[in-house]
Amino acid sequence: MNGPDRLEHFVSAAPFDVYETEALTPEQERYFMASQWRMMWWRLKKHKLAVFSGLVLLASYLAVAFVEILVPYNLHTRDADHIYAPPQRVHLFHQGEFRGPFVYGLVFELDLETLRRVYHEDTEDVQPLRFFCTGDPYSFWGLIDSDKHLVCPAEGGTLYLLGTDRLGRDMASRLIYGGRISLTVGLIGITLSFLLGITIGGVAGYFGGWIDNAVQRIIEVLRSLPELPLWMALSAALPVTWSPILVYFGITLILALLDWPGLARAVRSKLLALREEDFCQAARLMGAPPSRIIGRHLLPNFMSHLIASATLSIPSMILAETALSFLGLGLRPPITSWGVLLTEAQNIEAVTLYPWLLMPMVPVVITVLAFNFLGDGLRDAADPYAH
Amino acid sequence: MLNYFARRLLTMVITLVVISALVFIIIQLPPGDYLTTQIAELESQGEMVDREKIEHLRQQYGLDRPPIEQYWDWVTGLVRGDLGFSFEHNLPVSDVVGDRLLLSLVLNFSTILFIYIVAFPIGVYSATHQYSWSDHGLTLLGFLGLATPNFLLALILMYLANVWFGTSVGSMMAEEFIGQPWTWGKAVSVAEHLAVPVFVIGTSGTAGMIRRLRANLLDELQKQYVVTGRAKGLPRGRLLVKYPLRMSLNPFIADIGSMLPQVVSGSVIVSAVMSLETTGPMLLTALQSQDTFLAGSFLMFLAMLTVIGMFLSDVLLALLDPRIRLGGGAGR
Repeated sequence: MNGPDRLEHFVSAAPFDVYETEALTPEQERYFMASQWRMMWWRLKKHKLAVFSGLVLLASYLAVAFVEILVPYNLHTRDADHIYAPPQRVHLFHQGEFRGPFVYGLVFELDLETLRRVYHEDTEDVQPLRFFCTGDPYSFWGLIDSDKHLVCPAEGGTLYLLGTDRLGRDMASRLIYGGRISLTVGLIGITLSFLLGITIGGVAGYFGGWIDNAVQRIIEVLRSLPELPLWMALSAALPVTWSPILVYFGITLILALLDWPGLARAVRSKLLALREEDFCQAARLMGAPPSRIIGRHLLPNFMSHLIASATLSIPSMILAETALSFLGLGLRPPITSWGVLLTEAQNIEAVTLYPWLLMPMVPVVITVLAFNFLGDGLRDAADPYAH
Repeated sequence: MLNYFARRLLTMVITLVVISALVFIIIQLPPGDYLTTQIAELESQGEMVDREKIEHLRQQYGLDRPPIEQYWDWVTGLVRGDLGFSFEHNLPVSDVVGDRLLLSLVLNFSTILFIYIVAFPIGVYSATHQYSWSDHGLTLLGFLGLATPNFLLALILMYLANVWFGTSVGSMMAEEFIGQPWTWGKAVSVAEHLAVPVFVIGTSGTAGMIRRLRANLLDELQKQYVVTGRAKGLPRGRLLVKYPLRMSLNPFIADIGSMLPQVVSGSVIVSAVMSLETTGPMLLTALQSQDTFLAGSFLMFLAMLTVIGMFLSDVLLALLDPRIRLGGGAGR
């Protein structure tokens, strides 16, 4: 029996771990231990269009934050010699020779038959762009005085990438300045409507009963109203004597006043479902006041959903501001938003002659699309435990 | 059913009363009234204003009485069909608006119809050809339609019409019919001019409707009964029409609630941009010149359009869907 081929009895000296098979690889560990927000980010990253839209929006907000430095002209710089000048193209080669980025100078001519302003490129007049240069003096955020720009026209030259308007103001510069107002209207408006929605929806959902009933009725009435006519009526009610900055905040407040019902409804339905959960009961038994239960235990549960739906409702605010300003009921010059810029396009004859007046439409559509895609992505990512 | 109908009718009346109060408060919000603005304007032009005449006017229109009484007069007037008096035009409101209200109604109704007619086939096509090139293309178009605000679309169309045809598209009828009594010719002319504004206002609604119909139909198509039906050899077309399509049609009616305010809003701004002979442009000027009763009547009319539309859609939905009828609406 004790043949030579019998294996020698072997005992491994290494410590034995019964749970070895259940142990996690670092990769898995990272995944299982990840916080909700981290998992949301992972899921959002898969949504290429949403990430791209997010980057576009980030870039736009950065651009409007540093607009004074970024653009060649000031908001109100007029050039009486270049009224309704067409967009200038940036060239790199002059007669086959590399000259760096430059534009050709514009030559003005009045078409005596149609009384239309016609400009020609003078292909002999090479005006190289200057970078990190000195140009129109400005006051950065109204705090720091400076005259440094990222890009300027050549000395005595012009740089109108998107043409000029009826006062000879650079459309490109005004467009980015306008973004500063249009983009922040959406953000401030949504913040206000977010606060209103969470508070009102939270109270209704948590307490239920007659409070809930009353809030529900109010929401129903508000939602059955056509928003735009009401916005028009409310902004027409803003006193004409108000300073521009007050009007700006007045308009955002008006936008928020009609926007909160959607969010409030979402908060309410979530709260109704969650307040019956055990952890909520436990918190209540331990004597936590309603404000703490709502704020500390319930809200974080669906904050991600709220942020997604808030992102989705920013576009409607931006559009509403644009529409109101376009109709002359919202912001008024000297405040410049995309809607204010578009008022120049109201005269369809002018637009036919000078189509670049329609340019402010492009950023409006891009922003709205970007917010929509980002919001869609966020909504899909908002519930990372779904799979 | 009768019970549901009565309850829904009551809610609608209460909603309208609340809205009328809201509208009245909003139009009374600006400091002063039409007469004070008017006086200020005349005085700034150096004209003498006859105090007595102003007082007389103020009394005549009841502007010196407490707001509650003014509100009561206005609301009871509305119920009787008396829309009040337009200061700016110096005429009763009902004379000023003419057929604007009717035209608004026609415009909004046609837009809803347009949305249905266009959204239905495209939505069904998208869902049955999911992830095909045509589906992706239509989805992209839909997104663009959702993102392009309708008044900008109106501007673009007006611009293109001006460049290509040299005509302006901004009207509801041929010029010779404006302000004329209704005739067959006028009706035809209105119908011809409807196309552009209806398209402009309806685009975003159509895009939204297509997306919802597509999503609903896709959900239905994945259900077991469809698989069973196919396994039993039902022809594709018949299988589609018989059950899933009917199930996914619910939003067509249920969505009127969210679509109507959107369409009415859109029609106001698009009419203002294209200066159509509807309520839009006149509401705008009335708001700007603080022509209280004119603006109030328009606001009330627009709100009534949506509220009554929603009432009709709810009743229709209850007729079609026994769950709502029998559940007494408690499911909401």
